[in-house]
Amino acid sequence: MTLKQHSILPGFGLTMGFTLFYLSLIVLIPLAGLLLKSATISWDQFYAAVTDPQVVASYKITFGASLVAASVNAVFGLAVAWVLVRYSFPGKNIVDAMVDLPFAMPTAVSGIALTAIYAPNGWIGRWLDPLGIEVAYTQLGIMVALTFIGLPFVVRTLQPALEDMDVEIEEAAASLGATRLQTFVRVIFPAIMPALLTGFALAFARALGEYGSVVFISGNLPMKTQIVPLLIMTKLEQYNYAEAAAIAVVALGASFAVLLFINIVQWWSRRYAA
Amino acid sequence: MILRPFVAFGLFSIALVSIAVFAGGCRRSSDPNAVKILNVSYDPTRELYEEFNRVFAEHWARQSGQTLDVRMSHGGSGKQARSVIDGLEADVVTLALAYDVDAIRRKAGLMPKDWQSRLPNNSAPYTSTIVFLVRKGNPRGIKDWNDLVKPDVSVITPNPKTSGGARWNYLAAWGYMLKRELGDLSKLHDPKSADAVAKANEKAKEFVKEIFQHVKVLDTGARGSTMTFVQRGIGDVLLAWENEAFLSIHELGPDKFEIVVPSISILAEPSVAVVDKVAERHGTRAVAEAYLKHLYSSEGQTLAAKHYYRPRNAEGVPEEYMKRFPKVKLFTVREVFGGWEKAQAEHFNDGGVFDQIYKP
Amino acid sequence: MKHTENIRCRAAAATTESRWVRWLLIGVSLTFLGLFLAMPLAAVFAQALSRGWAMYVRSLGDSDALSAIRLTLLVALIAVPVNTVFGVAAAWAIAKFQFFGKSVLITLIDLPYSVSPVISGMVLVLLFGRQGWLGPWLEARGIHVVFAVSGIVLATLFVTFPFVARELIPLMQAQGTEEEEAARLLGASGWQTFRRVTLPNIKWGLLYGVILCNARAMGEFGAVSVVSGHIRGETNTMPLHVEVLYNEYNTTAAFAVASLLALLALVTLVLKSVLQWKTGEQLTPEEQGYTGD
Repeated sequence: MTLKQHSILPGFGLTMGFTLFYLSLIVLIPLAGLLLKSATISWDQFYAAVTDPQVVASYKITFGASLVAASVNAVFGLAVAWVLVRYSFPGKNIVDAMVDLPFAMPTAVSGIALTAIYAPNGWIGRWLDPLGIEVAYTQLGIMVALTFIGLPFVVRTLQPALEDMDVEIEEAAASLGATRLQTFVRVIFPAIMPALLTGFALAFARALGEYGSVVFISGNLPMKTQIVPLLIMTKLEQYNYAEAAAIAVVALGASFAVLLFINIVQWWSRRYAA
Repeated sequence: MILRPFVAFGLFSIALVSIAVFAGGCRRSSDPNAVKILNVSYDPTRELYEEFNRVFAEHWARQSGQTLDVRMSHGGSGKQARSVIDGLEADVVTLALAYDVDAIRRKAGLMPKDWQSRLPNNSAPYTSTIVFLVRKGNPRGIKDWNDLVKPDVSVITPNPKTSGGARWNYLAAWGYMLKRELGDLSKLHDPKSADAVAKANEKAKEFVKEIFQHVKVLDTGARGSTMTFVQRGIGDVLLAWENEAFLSIHELGPDKFEIVVPSISILAEPSVAVVDKVAERHGTRAVAEAYLKHLYSSEGQTLAAKHYYRPRNAEGVPEEYMKRFPKVKLFTVREVFGGWEKAQAEHFNDGGVFDQIYKP
Repeated sequence: MKHTENIRCRAAAATTESRWVRWLLIGVSLTFLGLFLAMPLAAVFAQALSRGWAMYVRSLGDSDALSAIRLTLLVALIAVPVNTVFGVAAAWAIAKFQFFGKSVLITLIDLPYSVSPVISGMVLVLLFGRQGWLGPWLEARGIHVVFAVSGIVLATLFVTFPFVARELIPLMQAQGTEEEEAARLLGASGWQTFRRVTLPNIKWGLLYGVILCNARAMGEFGAVSVVSGHIRGETNTMPLHVEVLYNEYNTTAAFAVASLLALLALVTLVLKSVLQWKTGEQLTPEEQGYTGD
């Protein structure tokens, strides 16, 4: 805070003070409490708690499913953003507004609705079931839920980036003999890469912590479909607070790392662009 | 300066939060004649207590002239116990098993050690057991516990770590195998057959492990499992509380499911208790005690039977309710597992047998 | 908006895709959105109305449902204004000034986005529970935080913490500080500067943040579920009540309450689109000034 440059605008001390105060009160102190709690067990116990095979399996499931969901969103989100920015078709405004649905819809409602659709007797599930594809209560189900909640992050970060693209560059590429595909791969894609990366990471970070929609659609089997938040909940319900806190600390560290990565990417791309 | 309005706004918001936090936390009752108690219960008792609360409120009004409002909280038994330990203001708890009530005593000291002897029948006014719910016509031909491990049979049960009902399921399966291996459960207490018992326990562990390999969905509570089985159409057999199985048939029609009673099962004793420290603080001890005692009255027992719990005392309970309960051989946790304390430590605590089942 | 039109006007054949690629992309996108977004939404309403309107209305008029709705509104009414004040203050400090550690601060503000709601509920129990650090002290004074309305408010404050701030920070950064500095040089006080210059510039963005914050506050499930205690008619918010009803074989009523929440989501989206349209209109002149560099 000492490197603040001189500014004639007032209120830095006050707003900064309030920000830090409130941030500490609502976020930092409670999270510090979590760290303290996990420190009530010895390092060995902590290590044993967070490397237990069940716990490791749930990390893998959570990270794996989040990664797949974020990747699916990166691909389809790019298509959606591209279509929304570049093309016009009837009902485009409605579709554009719909993209934010997962933001606005309560996670529990999404969870119940997705389960109802993808269960073997649901609207989509009944068509997949004869094909031997099970969605609800499998890892696939977790991915579906995480894809749902992560979609707007990718689309909404890509849209402004695509809108800001200069057409002249594309024209230049075309006039130099590049095909449309070459133009996309060599010119457009690198330009929107930071936004795509940010959207991907945001969707990923959001998926890591998701609970409400996943518990309904996941089978919650240890080693197979148990996600980290559910494992924490299970530990909690067995009065095993210290271990729950230990696992939570690891999950928290992961979230923080992903978010820091996003903010650095953004900072870097701003600097790079300028 | 910009300072003033922001300070005012900041203070205002802090005040708002504190008011909400503190006012919300305080209990107020304006009418001296109105009394409120909170019953923290487990999943499948919703329907029973909904009716019982109404009946008891009338009874209490006649007896004391007070208007009683019984509020309910339902969830997995372990989770509910955890909430009470952490500060949920329960005047009475009506949980799935004695162990969870005892956890409240051990972890939070909210009731005396002898809570289980304060009411008749181990403080369990009604009992139940574990049965199988299968799809109509029993397409997989499931008749007994060993049919659960037939190839391609998929089983639904909640997670024993969080659900009381699931712990009964697990122990019932274990007991079945012991009985099959030993022929007579009394051998468990015979020092001469210690070797045979050890072998039978090994067998039982393998058997339970195999059952859980057939489990497709592990919900956190009994009701969640029932919904998965009946609403979502997952699985061939649901290991369920007897009352839960009856209720599903009653709610969703006898044309969809049927109940299979295994050759042997466990006597499940859902325990009730007054949470002394909380009830004293609220001044609700008298009504809380009367509430639980009323469960033992013929009115209470009839309601229990109506909602498919086996009454302790069939006297005064209409025959039409009683004849719904099939005869089944039942064993207790005490005789086979040496009590809940021991069963919990051995099977369900972290690192216990259940965790080993899921070890790769 | 204008930008896209520019693109379209100037787009020569070389800078657009062939017709079939275009329709393929549109088709793929719409199918994807239909499967993942429209279908769940439709499912909620279809289930809610599966037994007719009368049943739907009766489900919502139930006293427990009403008290869940009241509680949800109360929680949002507290959490949203408080986080709005914070969001504005944080955005002012971060966007208008340069200081060391800004990235870390923004990351910390973002943190509640990705902290699992279960964890945020759990930390409250650790702090305020009967076995927690502050719990026994508060309990001795007759104050209950967890398993009471206050716990639900705190949990909601935590999960909705970043929404307004995250909306405003990029917006205010993009707008720079020239206008405010000019106002100051012309003799406006700090408060006047904020009210007359900054606020009009950010008002739509602010409203957008508030709307999203509100939607999340009303819809939060995981964190609230840990600290609620699930007392019927008392500490059940709407999302929790949905779960309760769902678990009581009362699917229709569950989806009826869920449909209210979904309706809220739709209203949110409509408001948001209106705002975007307004912002677009309002920002275009300035934007043209800014995109020069």
